[in-house]
Amino acid sequence: MRFERREDVSVTALLVAPFAAVLVALVLCAGLIAMAGVSPLTAYAGMLKGAFGSRLAVTETLTRASPLILTGLAAAVAFRARLWNIGGEGQFYLGALTATALGHATVTALPVPLAWATLALAGMAAGALLLLIPALLRLKFGVDEVVTTLLLNFITLLFVGLMVETVLKDPMAFGWPQSVPVAAGLRLPDLVPRSRLHIGLILAVVVVLIVWLVQSRTVFGAETRAAGLNPRAAAFAGVPITATLVKVAILSGALAGLAGVIEVLGPVGYVTTTMSPGFGYAGIVVAMLAALHPLGVVAASVFVATIFVGADAMSRATGVPSFIADVIMAVALLAMLVALLFTTYRVRR
Amino acid sequence: MTAAFDILANASLWEAVLRIATPLIFGVLGALVCERAGVLNLGIEGIMTLGAMVGWLSVYWGADLWTGLAIAVLAGMMMGWLHAMLTVPLGLSQHVSGLGITLFASALAYYLYRLWVQVGDLPPTIEPFRPWPIPVLSGIPFIGQVLFTQMPPTYLAILAVLLVAYILNRTPAGLALRMTGENPHAVEAQGLNPVRIRIWAVMAGSGLMALGGAFLTTATFNSFFPTMVQGRGWICIALVVFASWRPGKALAGALLFAFFDAYQLRLQTMVQGVPYQLFLMAPYVLSIVALILVARRARVPEALMQPYRRGER
Repeated sequence: MRFERREDVSVTALLVAPFAAVLVALVLCAGLIAMAGVSPLTAYAGMLKGAFGSRLAVTETLTRASPLILTGLAAAVAFRARLWNIGGEGQFYLGALTATALGHATVTALPVPLAWATLALAGMAAGALLLLIPALLRLKFGVDEVVTTLLLNFITLLFVGLMVETVLKDPMAFGWPQSVPVAAGLRLPDLVPRSRLHIGLILAVVVVLIVWLVQSRTVFGAETRAAGLNPRAAAFAGVPITATLVKVAILSGALAGLAGVIEVLGPVGYVTTTMSPGFGYAGIVVAMLAALHPLGVVAASVFVATIFVGADAMSRATGVPSFIADVIMAVALLAMLVALLFTTYRVRR
Repeated sequence: MTAAFDILANASLWEAVLRIATPLIFGVLGALVCERAGVLNLGIEGIMTLGAMVGWLSVYWGADLWTGLAIAVLAGMMMGWLHAMLTVPLGLSQHVSGLGITLFASALAYYLYRLWVQVGDLPPTIEPFRPWPIPVLSGIPFIGQVLFTQMPPTYLAILAVLLVAYILNRTPAGLALRMTGENPHAVEAQGLNPVRIRIWAVMAGSGLMALGGAFLTTATFNSFFPTMVQGRGWICIALVVFASWRPGKALAGALLFAFFDAYQLRLQTMVQGVPYQLFLMAPYVLSIVALILVARRARVPEALMQPYRRGER
């Protein structure tokens, strides 16, 4: 058996790949659900109902999807240039922390739209700076950015813990380690009344559209693709590889930082060290399921959010541990990798 | 200030160094075996988590401690097999596959733990390994306590370093493995199968990683809890680079690392007014610094992360 590169990748194959991967993941995980003494069909039906069964459920799923769109997009733009940003989790937290630190009092004097812009830019700058460290370490010293971005996640989380227990500690939180709240006037308005869904979702989708246009219509987008496909050939063709990777790092880190900003200004309102249920890591799965395409990121985010919100509800009803969501996601990621292989290679005997 | 030095003269610090180093030694050896054959295994963090859970659960269900470790190794090898299948015959991105294995192995560990273990207010415990003083040698003042009053898997870790170094550098199998990491086409020309060698190397390395994880739940602690591996796997990946892919240096790196960790733990209780988070950051910051220091000089296996396809260059 050997693999042969296909001359051209069909769009249909790329569209089918994520669905095939998800199907494989659901079939494989059915065995694990059956081990819990619950029929997999009942469990999956329960997950669908939990994620879409009521108005509240739908808004919860979309609330969960909002930051995922941005962390997924952060991973997608970086991976496209073969910049392995695994630090989305840390960048998310640093963005959230920055928005809270400034949003508690500093920017409250500004008119609300200006204050929002300031917080968004500050959070994006924080995320971008955090990714610039490993990006520059790779470009200057050849240090693999996978390990450094991963290690920076741990460092950042400890730093957030330090901040919420000291200078940003909320004295009204009865000893809970949580930060001071963002000024009430700065919280993002709800999209649907009496829900947690906020206009951050709209913002995330708009950002996706902008990134899509930039990637498909500008020189920078073409350079990103070239740098990812074959850096040596790209450099030979005159693509400034270093400058492109620095720009990609700034963009990717900023997107993950923005995810933290909308989560703080939207549903949460303050920072804790447990505020992210792995948004950064799930963003990697989102990016891969989307085949690194910005528009695919939106669909993949809603899918991943469905699995998580649905699994929580299903777990309460049936007793199947909610960690099944993490297993489904991981298997879907691995299956997607294999599916992508078959879109670019064919098997010859 | 003198107190900070007094810690160094205390044998209990040095005894702790070896104990803290043990999971790192297994992990870094495992990563090293995979990488010398040309495969980066970022599944390490998840494989250590799964090893920790499986080893603990086996003992909780009545197996003895050594059987628990053996079952953990088997679980690790199964994950290694999966990573090897995806990255070697299929030639998929080692970065993404490895991260996928980490997500999968840790999610599976948490899921099965929740499914099979009733957790009350506190996680259930097992009877862990006890220190095993080596007769006569443990009687030597200071050195006896530091080197010869350790838990049995710690001695095993030191033996594993010697064994891996011997196999890699002195046996035909080791030569074939190293060659696969440098130039798989040359291996093929010798009539050996580089694909098979890589698969076995990744499985063996993953078994070692799982052993490191299992040490945490059967020796360091006596229970399993989520996120207990705490980035040790990633630190091991950094240590392999720091060690220039050599087993002896890997041992030295793990010990140096464990020394800083043991030292900061003791300093934490002494120094007032410094937030504990700064101490906890130290190992991660140190790993990054170590990577920067050696990055320029590191001699990476030539074919690391290069998928091997017969007849394709």
